[in-house]
Amino acid sequence: MTASALLHPGLWLAAAGVAAFFLRGRARTLLLLAAPLAALALVWAIPDGLHGRWSAFGFEATLLRMDRLSRLFATIFAFVAFAGALYALTQRSRLELPAAFVYAGSAIGATLAGDLITLFVFWEVMAVGSTLVLWSAGPGAWAASRRYLLMHLFGGMLLMAGIAGHVASTGSIAFEAMRPDTVAKALVLAGFLLNAGAPPVSAWLPDAYPESSWSGMVFLAAFTTKTAVYVLLRGFPGTEILVAIGLFMVFYGIVYAIRENDLRRLFAYSIVSQVGFMVAGAGIGTEMAINGAAAHAFAHLLYKAVLLMAAGAVILQTGKRRFSELGGLLRHMPLTATCAIIGALSISAFPLTSGFVTKSMISQAAADAHLQGVWIAFAAASAGTCLYAGFRFPWLVFFRGDAGLRAEDPPGPSRAAMVLVAILCLAVGVFPGTLYALLPHPVDYVPYTAGHAVAMLQLLAFSGLAFFLLRRHLVGKATVTLDTDWVWRHLVPALWTPAEEGLARLRERAFGAVSDLAHRVARDVARFGSAQGAFGRTWATRTMVVWVVVLLAAILLFSYR
Amino acid sequence: MLSQHFPILLVVVPLIASPVIVMARSGFLGWVASLAASAAAFAMSVALLVATTESGAISYAIGSWPPPWGIEYRVDAANALVALLVSAIALVVLPYARRSVSAEIGQERLYLFYALLMLCLAGLLGIAVTGDAFNLFVFLEISSLATYVLIALGRNRRALTAAYQYLILGTIGATLYVTGVGLLYLATGTLNLADMAARLADVPDKRPLVAGLAFITAGVGLKLALFPLHAWLPNAYAYAPSAVSAFLAATATKVAVYVLMRVYFSVYGVDAVFRDMPLGPVLAVLSVAALFIASAAAIVQKDLKRLLAYSSVAQIGYITLGISLGSAPGLTAAVAHLVNHGITKGALFLLAGAIALRAGGTGFDRVAGLGRTMPLTAFAFVLGGLSLIGVPGTAGFASKWALVAAAIGAGHWWIAAAVLLSSLLAVAYVWKFVECAYFRGPPGDAPDPGEAPADMTIPAFALTAAVIAAGLFAWPVLEASARAAEALMGAPR
Repeated sequence: MTASALLHPGLWLAAAGVAAFFLRGRARTLLLLAAPLAALALVWAIPDGLHGRWSAFGFEATLLRMDRLSRLFATIFAFVAFAGALYALTQRSRLELPAAFVYAGSAIGATLAGDLITLFVFWEVMAVGSTLVLWSAGPGAWAASRRYLLMHLFGGMLLMAGIAGHVASTGSIAFEAMRPDTVAKALVLAGFLLNAGAPPVSAWLPDAYPESSWSGMVFLAAFTTKTAVYVLLRGFPGTEILVAIGLFMVFYGIVYAIRENDLRRLFAYSIVSQVGFMVAGAGIGTEMAINGAAAHAFAHLLYKAVLLMAAGAVILQTGKRRFSELGGLLRHMPLTATCAIIGALSISAFPLTSGFVTKSMISQAAADAHLQGVWIAFAAASAGTCLYAGFRFPWLVFFRGDAGLRAEDPPGPSRAAMVLVAILCLAVGVFPGTLYALLPHPVDYVPYTAGHAVAMLQLLAFSGLAFFLLRRHLVGKATVTLDTDWVWRHLVPALWTPAEEGLARLRERAFGAVSDLAHRVARDVARFGSAQGAFGRTWATRTMVVWVVVLLAAILLFSYR
Repeated sequence: MLSQHFPILLVVVPLIASPVIVMARSGFLGWVASLAASAAAFAMSVALLVATTESGAISYAIGSWPPPWGIEYRVDAANALVALLVSAIALVVLPYARRSVSAEIGQERLYLFYALLMLCLAGLLGIAVTGDAFNLFVFLEISSLATYVLIALGRNRRALTAAYQYLILGTIGATLYVTGVGLLYLATGTLNLADMAARLADVPDKRPLVAGLAFITAGVGLKLALFPLHAWLPNAYAYAPSAVSAFLAATATKVAVYVLMRVYFSVYGVDAVFRDMPLGPVLAVLSVAALFIASAAAIVQKDLKRLLAYSSVAQIGYITLGISLGSAPGLTAAVAHLVNHGITKGALFLLAGAIALRAGGTGFDRVAGLGRTMPLTAFAFVLGGLSLIGVPGTAGFASKWALVAAAIGAGHWWIAAAVLLSSLLAVAYVWKFVECAYFRGPPGDAPDPGEAPADMTIPAFALTAAVIAAGLFAWPVLEASARAAEALMGAPR
C-alpha cells in the first residue's frame, strides 16, 4: 500500500468510529464532529486518479479511485456523517454513532473503490456496520436487524457470485460500465439492486429502517441505497431494464407511503420511491440523466436527512410514531416544524428548493431521450410525492387539531443539525450552479425557466387541491400495511421453525388456512431437523456402518466397467 | 547438519516426549515437556516449509535405506504446510491446556493426558510427512488410538460412549484404508507412494486399483468426517476436554483430508480419479449435502460445542468440494480452506473452552448473557463466527472466495450457488450465539463469572487474531496453498 492509501477518508472515518466507542465525554464529542470533517477534507485533498494499490487474490486492486462521480458521493456521504453525528450527539446508545461511522466509512470506501474486489469488501462491511446501527436501537429492533442482516448478506452473496464469475470469465477485476449480458453480470446487477431496494425485495427497507432509534434512521437512510445508486450509475448506465425497475419503485413507494400510518415507515417507502427516480435515471443513461440522478442523490440525501431528523425529533420528544396519535405539534415544536416543511417542500420539488433543481434534470433527460411515457410517469410521481410528503406528512404531524401532546424542540445539537441541513436544502435550490459544477458531466441545463417553474407550481397546486379534497381518506388509520416482506418475515420462518409467536400473528392476519398448513409443515420440518430429528441427533453406530457400506458400494458400482 | 534430519525429528521428538512424560509421572513436567516438544516441532515445521519453498521437495531415507526399499519421508509444499498447521495448533493449545485440562481432568491423570497428546501429535505429524502408504497407516493408528483415549478423558460421562463409537468407526475406517493399500500393494508391488504413482500406469488390470481407491475413499472419508460418515464427530468433539476438542477440530480431520488429497492427486492422478472414475460427482454431491444438512443440524443444536462440531462437518464439505473439482484452482481453494478453517475452528473451540470454565458448561442456557459477563470472549467468538460465514476481512472469506472462483472457473455454477447459499445457514447458527450471548440475561448460577484467566485467553485471542490476519492479508496463505496444490498434482513426485 502506498502513502496515499493511508489517507483513505473512509478508513479514517471507520477508524474514528472504532476509537469513539472507547472514548467518553468531551474527547468523544470532539472526535465525532472532527472525523467526518477531516474525511470531507481528505476527499477534496486527494487528487483525481488511482491511489493505493494492493494485492487481492493475485489481482492488482485499487483502494481509491477519485474522479468527479466518486468525489460527489464521497463528499455528501462525509457531510451527512457530520450532520448526523451532530444530530445524534445526545443519543444515549454508545454503540450507534461508532457503528454509524464504520457504516459511513465503508460507504465512502465503496464509492471510492477502484475495482470490484475492493468494492465488495467495503460492501460487506457496510452491511455489518448498518446492522449494528439498527441493532443498537434496542431489543425492539433485534428481530428486524436479523432479517436485515440476512437480506444484505444474501445480496452480498449474489454480488460475490457475480463478481467471481465475471472475474473468472474476463480475468479482470476492473469496475467499469458494463451490460448485464452474462449470468455473472446479471448477478452483479441483482446484488446492486437489492441494496437499492428494488422489487421484489423492496420491503426489506420499510421492514428494517423504522425500527432504528430516533437518530439511527438518518444514517441508515443515507448510505446503503445511495451507494447502490452510485454503483448503478458507474456500472450499469443505460441499462433499459433499470428504467422499468426505477418506475416500479417510484410508484410502489408512493402507493404505500400515501396509506402508511407509521411516521417513519412513510419515509422508508419514500426512500424507495425517490431512489426509484435515480435508478430510472441510471437506466436512461444519457449524460443528462447521469447528472440528474447523481444530483438528485445529493439533494435527496439533504432533504431526506432533514425530514428524518424532524421525524426523529418528533418521536424522541413525544414517544409516538403513528400519525393517528400525532397532530398539532406546530405550536410546540416550531423549529422542527419549519425544518420539516423545508424538507417537505424540497422532496416535493418546490421551486427554490434542492428537489426542484435536481428532479427536473431527470425528467428533462427522459424528455431529451424521447421517452414520452417515462416523462409523464415522472410528472405523475412528482404529484404523488407532493401529496404524501409535501402535504400529508406536515399536515398530520404539525397541523390538524391538537393531539394533546406536550413536547418541545429537541436538544441543542439536534436543532443545530436540522437547521444546518435545512439551510443547505434551500441553498442548493437557490444556487444550483455550485452543485452543477460538481456533477460528473458538464451541465447545460437551466432549471429556473418560467416554463419549468410554472409547470411545477401547477402540478403542486393540483396536488394540493387533491389533498384538500381527499384529506379525510388520507388520515392515518391504526392499521398494519401488508407488503412482500410478509413472505420472509412470516411465511419462511413459519416453515422453518415452530415459531408459535409468528404463527399466532399469522392467524391474526386472517390467514387461517395458510397458517394451519404452515403449522403442520413447520412441525414436520422441526421434527426432522431438531436436536432429536434425523440429522440433529446422535446416530447409532450401526447406522454409520450402514452408510460406510453404502458409500463403498456406491463408489464401486459407479466405477464398474 | 541437524536440519537434514528435520523430517524424522519432527515425528521423533513428540514420540519420545510421550514415554518420557509417562516415566516422569508428573503433570507439570509433562506440560513442560509437551510444550518444549511442540515448540521444537513448530520450529522444524517452519524450517521445512521455508526449505521446500526455496528448493522443492525434501526426501529423507530412514536408516539410509534408499527408497523405494526403505521407508521414505518426503516433505513438499503440501505436507510441510499441513505439518506447520498441526504443530502450530499444538503450540497454541498447550499453554491453554494447563489450566483448562486441570479443571476438567483429575490431577492424577494429568501426565497421561500430556503423554497421549504427544502421541497424537506424533501420529498426525507422521501421517503428514511420511511417503510410505503402510507407514501412514501405522501413524494413523497411533494418532487414532491416542485420540480415543483423549476423548474419553472428558468430564461428561457421555465422553466414554462417544469415544467408544469413534473407536469402532475409526477402526473400520482404518481397516478400509489398509485394505485399499493392500490392493494397491498387490497390483504394484510397492508401498512407497511416489513409486506407486510411477508404477500404476503399467498395471494391466485396473480393477483392483478402482477397488483400492473406493476402499481408501470410504476409509479416509470416515476419518475426515465426510458426510454421511460424519456422525462420530459431533459427540466426540462435544464431550472431549476443551483443549482436546480444539486440537482435534483444527488438526485431525485436516490431516485426513490431506491424505485424501495425496492419494487422489499424487498417487492416482487427476485423470484416474476424476475422469476414469466418478469420484468428482460423488464427492461434490456429498459435500453439498454436508453444507446444507450439517449446517441445518448445527442451527438446532442446544450446545455450543455440538454446534461447532456440526459446523465443522459443513466446513469440511467446503474442503471436499474443492477437491471434487479436480482442478488446480479447486485444490488450492481446498488447501486454503483446510488451513483457514483449521485456525478458525481451533480458535472457536478454545473460546468455547474458556466459556465452559467460567460459565460452567457450553449449553446455550450457559452461554446466555456472555456479552456482559465475558465481553472479550464473546466478541472474539463473533469474529470467529464471521469467519465461518465468510465475511470479508476474515480467513473464511479468502478461501470461500477462492472456492467460488474455482467453481465458476470450471463452469459449475450450481456449486458456487450452493457454497454461497449455505453460508446463509452459517449466518443462522452464528446468529444463534449472538442472540443468546447478547440478548439474554446471564444465568444466576455461573460458577465463576468473568473472563477466563490470561493463560487461556491469550492463546485463544492469538488464534482469533490469526483468523483476522489471515483475512486481511490473505495472499500468503493462498500462495502457500497454490504451491501445495502444485506439489500435490505434480505427478510423478
